[in-house]
Amino acid sequence: MIEVKNLTRYYGTRRAINNISFQIEKGEVVGFLGPNGAGKSTTMNIISCILPASSGSAKINGFDTFEQSLEIRKVIGYLPETPPLYSDMIVADYLNFAAAVRGVDAKRISFSVDRVIEKCSLKDVGRRIIGRLSKGYQQRVGLAQAMIHDPEILILDEPTIGLDPIQIIEIRKLIHELTAEHTIILSSHILPEITQICKRVIIINEGEIAAVDSLGGLAASLRKSERLSLTVRNSENNVAEQLNGLDQVISATNSEGNQYLIECALRSNLQDKIAKLALENNWGIVELKPVSMTLEDIFLKLTIEEKEPEK
Amino acid sequence: MKNSWIIAKRDLGSFFNSPIFYVITTVFLIIYSYIFVNILSFFSMQSMQSGQFQQMGMALNINEMVIEPSFQNMAVVLLLIIPIVTMRSFAEEKKSKTFRLLLSSPVDLKEIIWGKFLACMIVITLMVLISSYSIGFLFMIGEPDIGPVLTGYLGILLTAGCYVSVGIFASSLTENQIVAAVITFGFSLFMWVIGWGSQAANSTTGQVLEYLSVIEHMDRFLKGMIETSDLTYYLSFIIFGLFLCYRTLDSNRWR
Repeated sequence: MIEVKNLTRYYGTRRAINNISFQIEKGEVVGFLGPNGAGKSTTMNIISCILPASSGSAKINGFDTFEQSLEIRKVIGYLPETPPLYSDMIVADYLNFAAAVRGVDAKRISFSVDRVIEKCSLKDVGRRIIGRLSKGYQQRVGLAQAMIHDPEILILDEPTIGLDPIQIIEIRKLIHELTAEHTIILSSHILPEITQICKRVIIINEGEIAAVDSLGGLAASLRKSERLSLTVRNSENNVAEQLNGLDQVISATNSEGNQYLIECALRSNLQDKIAKLALENNWGIVELKPVSMTLEDIFLKLTIEEKEPEK
Repeated sequence: MKNSWIIAKRDLGSFFNSPIFYVITTVFLIIYSYIFVNILSFFSMQSMQSGQFQQMGMALNINEMVIEPSFQNMAVVLLLIIPIVTMRSFAEEKKSKTFRLLLSSPVDLKEIIWGKFLACMIVITLMVLISSYSIGFLFMIGEPDIGPVLTGYLGILLTAGCYVSVGIFASSLTENQIVAAVITFGFSLFMWVIGWGSQAANSTTGQVLEYLSVIEHMDRFLKGMIETSDLTYYLSFIIFGLFLCYRTLDSNRWR
């Protein structure tokens, strides 16, 4: 249903996303996960026909997002990071306008508005001015606006950002209810949010896709260990064997020449011990560094980040 | 067209639900009315004088001496007012991020621009309509010729259309409403006075400058003439402004 191929987008000379490709089938609930500034919003903006891509293509139901955008805009509902709300309008008027502009048939507008007011529990605030609503209600009005024309695809960009914990739970519940009827793309920099709602995750980091997998597959692919790389000058004296003798080392192998790859338990901080060992045995350390594991790093970053607002 | 009307309707709603429309209209009416009363009292003074000294044989024409200067002055007041009406069009949508709702809706960019133009024109037409009490009053006390009055209103609205077109273009350039208003005012005023250069310049350049001036074209409408060249000028001015607006908004997406 959604087919993204080699999508690249530049803002001036800065590259926001690079060569992104993925596919989303009808009825799927997919999460875009990535730290802030990873390129999630840019990708969503391109799928929603708001921005053109610098190169590559995005197709929805076979229509190109740039060439045939009017066709696509009929079947997508988009909630940007900042909900597009006219703060001086009354909720009901705003939804009427959104329905009309999103192409709902004039006869069905009042029905559609009633439906989303019911779904998003906006009944109590229907006659109030949007600018005076709480952030949580505003987000719901934003969500109502995105689903007013009962679109096949809902694109929600960080729908829970800036909400308090209770509002977050309510919005997540609402989105969860929607998963039954719509194909949903949801972005977030919070890992648990994605795990609660989405079946499949696309991890984006620094403009590139770091992983596309189901949640289970992703957890399995994550290593339970850290890796260190050690380079020494004298490798005559059984470096690998001695390293293997250390506590918490799972395996140590000679990767090439005088370089050794040490796999050890998570957060074991072995550097000190290895350095000591090297000094005692006169290996002559040239380099001792952790081997970066992009996916794990991102995951770590995301898991750390989510804890603060959840307290 | 239907989509343009949806957008125009929303914009009108936000004009009428906020103090903007009422403040602008009040200011416009006060200034215009003050000018009109002065023009009228000067005319009545001259009428009295010529009544006393019939040998002066002055040709007193209410169309020429009241209506025409009133319209000219109205165009100047509109020049000050219209930037305030148009400045919000796109600047506010961009600032409050609501523009994304329009961009992700099945509405063409041209329809959006046309809708914005329509909304501003309706607001200004309303203001001009309210101000027409003054001309109506002249019909009660005298017998002005209706032809030049009607063409005069057409001229006023076309001139206003040019300002609005500039204003919407300026509003598409920036997120800042004040910047948009200043650009609109500056450019409109420049297009107003550009004809003044015609006397100093040589004859060909002078003619071009004169043709470019907004005021030059309005004068013939005020005299009761509808000329194709003037209509062409106004319509191409308006369409060119809206076209620039379209190009700006379209190219913004690429940046």
